[in-house]
Amino acid sequence: MSHYSAFSVFRNALTGNRHWQRAWRDPHPKPSYDVVIVGAGGHGLATAYYLAKEHGIHNVAVIEKGWLGGGNTGRNTTIVRSNYMMPGNTMFYERSMKLWENLSQDLNFNVMISQRGQYNLCHSPAQMDAARRRGNVMRANGIDADLFDRVEVRQRLPYLDYSPSARFPIHGAIFQSRAGTARHDAVAWGYARAADRQGVDIIQQCEVTGYIWDDGNIVGVETTRGPIRAGKVGLAVAGHTGHLADMAGLRLPIETHVLQAYVTEPLKPLVDTVISFGAAHFYVSQSDKGGLVLGGDLDGYNSYAQRGGLPMVEHTLASAKALMPSVSRLKLLRHWAGVMDMSMDGSPFITKTPIDGLYLNGGWCYGGFKATPASGWCFAWTIAKEQPHQDNAEFTLSRFERGYQIDEKGAGPQPNAH
Amino acid sequence: MIRINCPVCGSRDENEFTYGGDANVVRPAMDEAETGPWLDYVFMRDNPRGPHREYWHHVMGCRQWLMLERDTLTHEIGDCILARGVA
Repeated sequence: MSHYSAFSVFRNALTGNRHWQRAWRDPHPKPSYDVVIVGAGGHGLATAYYLAKEHGIHNVAVIEKGWLGGGNTGRNTTIVRSNYMMPGNTMFYERSMKLWENLSQDLNFNVMISQRGQYNLCHSPAQMDAARRRGNVMRANGIDADLFDRVEVRQRLPYLDYSPSARFPIHGAIFQSRAGTARHDAVAWGYARAADRQGVDIIQQCEVTGYIWDDGNIVGVETTRGPIRAGKVGLAVAGHTGHLADMAGLRLPIETHVLQAYVTEPLKPLVDTVISFGAAHFYVSQSDKGGLVLGGDLDGYNSYAQRGGLPMVEHTLASAKALMPSVSRLKLLRHWAGVMDMSMDGSPFITKTPIDGLYLNGGWCYGGFKATPASGWCFAWTIAKEQPHQDNAEFTLSRFERGYQIDEKGAGPQPNAH
Repeated sequence: MIRINCPVCGSRDENEFTYGGDANVVRPAMDEAETGPWLDYVFMRDNPRGPHREYWHHVMGCRQWLMLERDTLTHEIGDCILARGVA
């Protein structure tokens, strides 16, 4: 595998681009590995990469029932940010933000991180107070945050609705300047290529059908391409976490829900940042191709179908129009859905499980993309060292029975409300 | 659009309803003193990929709580009955 550089682009251009090598191998599964990661999305591939790079564990396979990056890594709205305030979340997401900032150099692959800033709009004095509190917590932890009043928001985002007839008046916004977007496919491809260069086998079209047990411990996986033994098995399968945990006899505080996202026809540059509506669940950014990328709320009922219903389309577009009346005549170009492992408190799991040999990375709700680098980094740490890093120490399964939920949204045990 | 066959009102669009969650979850007796059953009731779910028994509230219609079976993979809806008969 060759190193990507300006020189390699130049050399390959001179030779007609006939000598580019494939970015990762397509190996057959070996009979056994030190670690098998189930799920070749961003989180699973990142885990394998950091296992090799940070902990020297190179005999690793990442197995995937479809194609790599074909699940939620390819179905999100590409936003990265670290504006969390609950202990347990704050420094984890900040670790992720710091890894994002250097990720292209680290992976030798351009993940197109664009720190264009993110606004969370506030529509009432109470929301401004809550934003001030959040911003102070962030700053106390060394994370950048700014609070803007209505006048400054209007100067910065003049295309929002500030008229007296606006359904939800804009009182101000909390802003994180280091937040932004990254290219979702490039994240999967970059981690896949970098992990492959470290000796990790990425095995696609390989579905897990069960586990190999030895005296109550998991010592491998049964797959559609035969049994693969493993010293340790890590799950990083997002919406299908419940299904794979069920095969191991684990019952989890997770429900799987469907979330839709949308892209409009391309426009000239309009939204040069990321904006979250504070009055309904809606957020917007503009892709490099010009389409507005729109996200909204869950459809609201348990679903493993990677498609959603029209009521949520209408709700999201109504929110878009309430915030930015100028979008009202835009056409939607594309629309898709992913299935989210919604945990009961809205926070994830990166943890050992009660079963020896099985490790869990899941419960990402619809916030998994931004967490990709730190999720892989912390999961690799947990698998390699048999104990959590301090940044994922709170992401346990036992927090519910101990009464230590990390309820960032304050919504209670309602997975469809997080 | 999911259509739900309400036993009172007939076949209606999903946006007349509010989702009420997993109907297999049963609240422990109020004098239950162990934490385990309460943990199961409040937090733990089977989360099946396939048929799922669940509550819906016909809040924009007859305002009855319904219990129905819906396939979480296909959104196909099976039997739908009034919840008060069973819960």
